[in-house]
Amino acid sequence: MSKLKIRVDQDKCQGHARCKSLAPELFELDEYGNAHEVGDGTVPAGLEDKAWLAQSNCPEIAIEVTEE
Amino acid sequence: MSDSPSASYLPEHPPVTDWVHDFDHTDPVWTDDPFPIWETLRAASPVVHTERFLGCYMPTTYQAVKEIAYDTEHFSSRRVIVRDVRPEISARAPPITSDPPEHKPAKQVLLPPFTPDAMKRLEPRVRAICNELIDEFIADGHCDAAARYTKHIPVRAIAHMLGIPEKDGDLFIKWIHQILELGIKSEEEMMNGVREMTGYFKAHLEQRKLAPGEDLISELLRSKGPGGQPLTDEHVLGSLRLLLIAGIDTTWSAIGSSLWHLARTPADRERLIAEPALIPTAIEEFLRAYSPVTMAREVMKETTISGCPVKAGNMVLLSFPAANRDPAMFPDADKVVIDRKENRHAAFGLGIHRCVGSNLARMEMQVAIEEWLKRIPDFRLDPAGKVTWSEGTVRGPRQLPVLFGKNA
Repeated sequence: MSKLKIRVDQDKCQGHARCKSLAPELFELDEYGNAHEVGDGTVPAGLEDKAWLAQSNCPEIAIEVTEE
Repeated sequence: MSDSPSASYLPEHPPVTDWVHDFDHTDPVWTDDPFPIWETLRAASPVVHTERFLGCYMPTTYQAVKEIAYDTEHFSSRRVIVRDVRPEISARAPPITSDPPEHKPAKQVLLPPFTPDAMKRLEPRVRAICNELIDEFIADGHCDAAARYTKHIPVRAIAHMLGIPEKDGDLFIKWIHQILELGIKSEEEMMNGVREMTGYFKAHLEQRKLAPGEDLISELLRSKGPGGQPLTDEHVLGSLRLLLIAGIDTTWSAIGSSLWHLARTPADRERLIAEPALIPTAIEEFLRAYSPVTMAREVMKETTISGCPVKAGNMVLLSFPAANRDPAMFPDADKVVIDRKENRHAAFGLGIHRCVGSNLARMEMQVAIEEWLKRIPDFRLDPAGKVTWSEGTVRGPRQLPVLFGKNA
């Protein structure tokens, strides 16, 4: 199975924090509440569904999921 | 609610007969059940217009709402309520009434106190508030859930954050009613509300300067603006006005609509009691289907939205609630699906004006529904009572008579 990678577009993120709520292992929030991918954005095995769930609930369409 | 008899009202609005060309979001038909109206408007055009309110557009699709929310060049936030009058701009409430470039620094000051982590620290107090309220009526077997429960939760939570007495909540509720509801048609009511609120907060500001604490007012007084200078008193007062106006009847409405839905839908109630882990997902769906907040913009320069020409000098009724019911964006948009998986709803806005209190609102909604369901798992609307809805900018139940316990 291919590996997933996530990235939060900082120009688009407005801090709704939906991703952090749905996939806390994959996202972290800064002091303003804006989201960033954890580490280099590589999605650990078993968390793929959560990555897609976060992506599909972001109101600003700020999360990119790519398959490597 | 106290309606001051001295208030000078503008003439009442004539009833609407042609929604597509003459819409009015203060019409009683809209207040009672706006959803079929939005369908009619959406079927007619992505952007409709009315001559009321000195000229006002309404985007009817998710796409058109999004285009306007993202376009701060043609659409200003300096007026955020569609009203009968457009007096000189006064009593700003940054950042909600700010445009770029002033918007970002004003917003950044308010963001840290409202992160999800900050809300976790407030959560135990909110849980206690909910239980204190339920204690007062649970033995009765009936209550008006809007007047006895949903109304008081956000007021007390905000008061707690600001370090002001929770019992002052009734004052806040009065000012908000004057500003958000009566103010649409009466300049005098709005200015009275703003003046009293500003005077109240000025006194607290002076107190905090002498004896700073850990509350949000003290924190705002300590924070620095973009140039490293402390915020002016006027800026802090504006932000406090915003927190009160935006943070109270919005969440009161959202909790109320959620309870209204659950009172009428035993299957959803039973499922959330059996699967409490689903409550956050259900809350997102309640936010989508019963979004309380409609915002406004003012057209500054002529442009085109979803192919429709939009002219300067008009207001825009920016209906996030209507966007969230657009079937082009949400399958089964008119159904409440409490386990909806994909839900990019815009209840807290889109773009730079995303509600600064969204994490607070979500926490309050979740805690309020959890605590209610724990203690009052079985309840229904009281057939002898009447559910009433607020008018205008924020939509939610203002009377919500329910039966439970021995009457369930």
